[in-house]
Amino acid sequence: MSAILQSAATALNLVTSADAVLWTIVARSLSVSATACALACGAGVVLGAWLGVARFAGRDGVLTVLNTLLAVPSVVVGLGVYLLLSRTGPLGGLGWLFSFKAMVLAQALLVLPVVTALTRQVVEDAERVHGEQLRSLGAGTLLRALLIAWDERYALLTVLIAAFGRAVSEVGAVMIVGGNIDGFTRVMTTAIALETSKGDLPLALGLGLVLLAVVLLLNVLIAVLRRWRQRVDGAAIGGMAVAA
Amino acid sequence: MSVVPAPAWRRAAPPQDVQTLEPPLFALRELGVRYGAVQALAGVDLRVLPGERVALVGANGSGKSTLLRVLHGLVRPSAGQMRRDGAPRVAMVFQRPFVLRASAVGNVALGLWLHGVRWKQARAQAAAALQRVGLQDVARQNARTLSGGQQQRLAFARAWALRPDVLLLDEPTASLDPHAKREVEALMADFAASHGSAGPAQPLTMVFSSHNLGQVKRLASRVVYLEHGRVLADLPVHDFFDGPLPEAARLFVKGEMT
Repeated sequence: MSAILQSAATALNLVTSADAVLWTIVARSLSVSATACALACGAGVVLGAWLGVARFAGRDGVLTVLNTLLAVPSVVVGLGVYLLLSRTGPLGGLGWLFSFKAMVLAQALLVLPVVTALTRQVVEDAERVHGEQLRSLGAGTLLRALLIAWDERYALLTVLIAAFGRAVSEVGAVMIVGGNIDGFTRVMTTAIALETSKGDLPLALGLGLVLLAVVLLLNVLIAVLRRWRQRVDGAAIGGMAVAA
Repeated sequence: MSVVPAPAWRRAAPPQDVQTLEPPLFALRELGVRYGAVQALAGVDLRVLPGERVALVGANGSGKSTLLRVLHGLVRPSAGQMRRDGAPRVAMVFQRPFVLRASAVGNVALGLWLHGVRWKQARAQAAAALQRVGLQDVARQNARTLSGGQQQRLAFARAWALRPDVLLLDEPTASLDPHAKREVEALMADFAASHGSAGPAQPLTMVFSSHNLGQVKRLASRVVYLEHGRVLADLPVHDFFDGPLPEAARLFVKGEMT
């Protein structure tokens, strides 16, 4: 018990004393996940919004595949990206394996289905209620999808935050394609795994605390956004008499 | 072979204040709409002439909203035919208007932009449209924070900005408080007195659904009574309220069926 407490105390000291090693890993981890989320959101929001509005043969099949991809383990994504980027793989010529770019690509592919599926749900729900009025104004499928996505931007912000949470807390994909190279591709989750296996609990705990703080901060942000949206939407609803 | 005259309530109802020689804007023949197992419209014959102010009345679920959507082109008929004369510009105002999380002027400008007007020009036209409905003071305000009545007036501004030849209104005052109702009804009257995209020679055509018979009396030139997706009566407004009617329509007018 005292060993745990001692480790926790050392970890807190590392966090508060601006330890260079710890904060370099934290910064790298956040930048990998933020870049991956930005890329995944750029594509995922447009694709998800379009899927929420468009009706075409085979749409149910596409949605089933999309929902299946939500449950793909990060190590499997890592393995897929590894095969793509390895020297004999189709993208081997890029020389990205064990680099920042490889980790970004893996995490982007990991969260792309999350962003796409959640965006699709948000946009489809809104389209069911408002889509007809946008159609009456002359908006075609893609414009309608983008307009609704833009209108639901606060709901989508929570999607983006959830995606970032998924990216920053995963370990399997970045471990496989990044290689956990000290000072180069080591991020919070891979460092925690390594330091724990080495028995260096204070650094692992310190990183764990930062990771927990990041996830906590994200959840607080989601809660604040939800409350803010409820206040804004409530004001609009309040002006309308209840229909008979 | 003898020709049996149609009952009085099913006779063609040329309005007294429009040219009956003009081709109808909309001509529906034996039109039907089915949503899965639900027959929303069946065997509807209807002609809407330029400049008419047609009120669709009937109980909930009688097919009024579906008929408006068919006229707009939002719902495709599953049976029968609908012919349009030329390509009239159609705008529609819904019972609960959808406004984007954007400024009031941005919401109105969007409709114009979607019709190919450049954004800068669209905003200028939108500002004029907002002025017409008395919302110039809230033009820059987030439309979601407007009251229900203001949002409905914004929807009218959005429709008016498009300079439509035909305005369709789906129970536009049903969700509003009495004060907002009066304001919106005044806008409807203002619209009814205006003209279409071709200028004063082309009066605006208005088709609206309503449960408010007083409103129907005040605004309509002709009343179409629907029940279970069928047109049971199609009469000039004075004949509808003063003449013989089928039993269901008579009860509806007396307020014994809503």
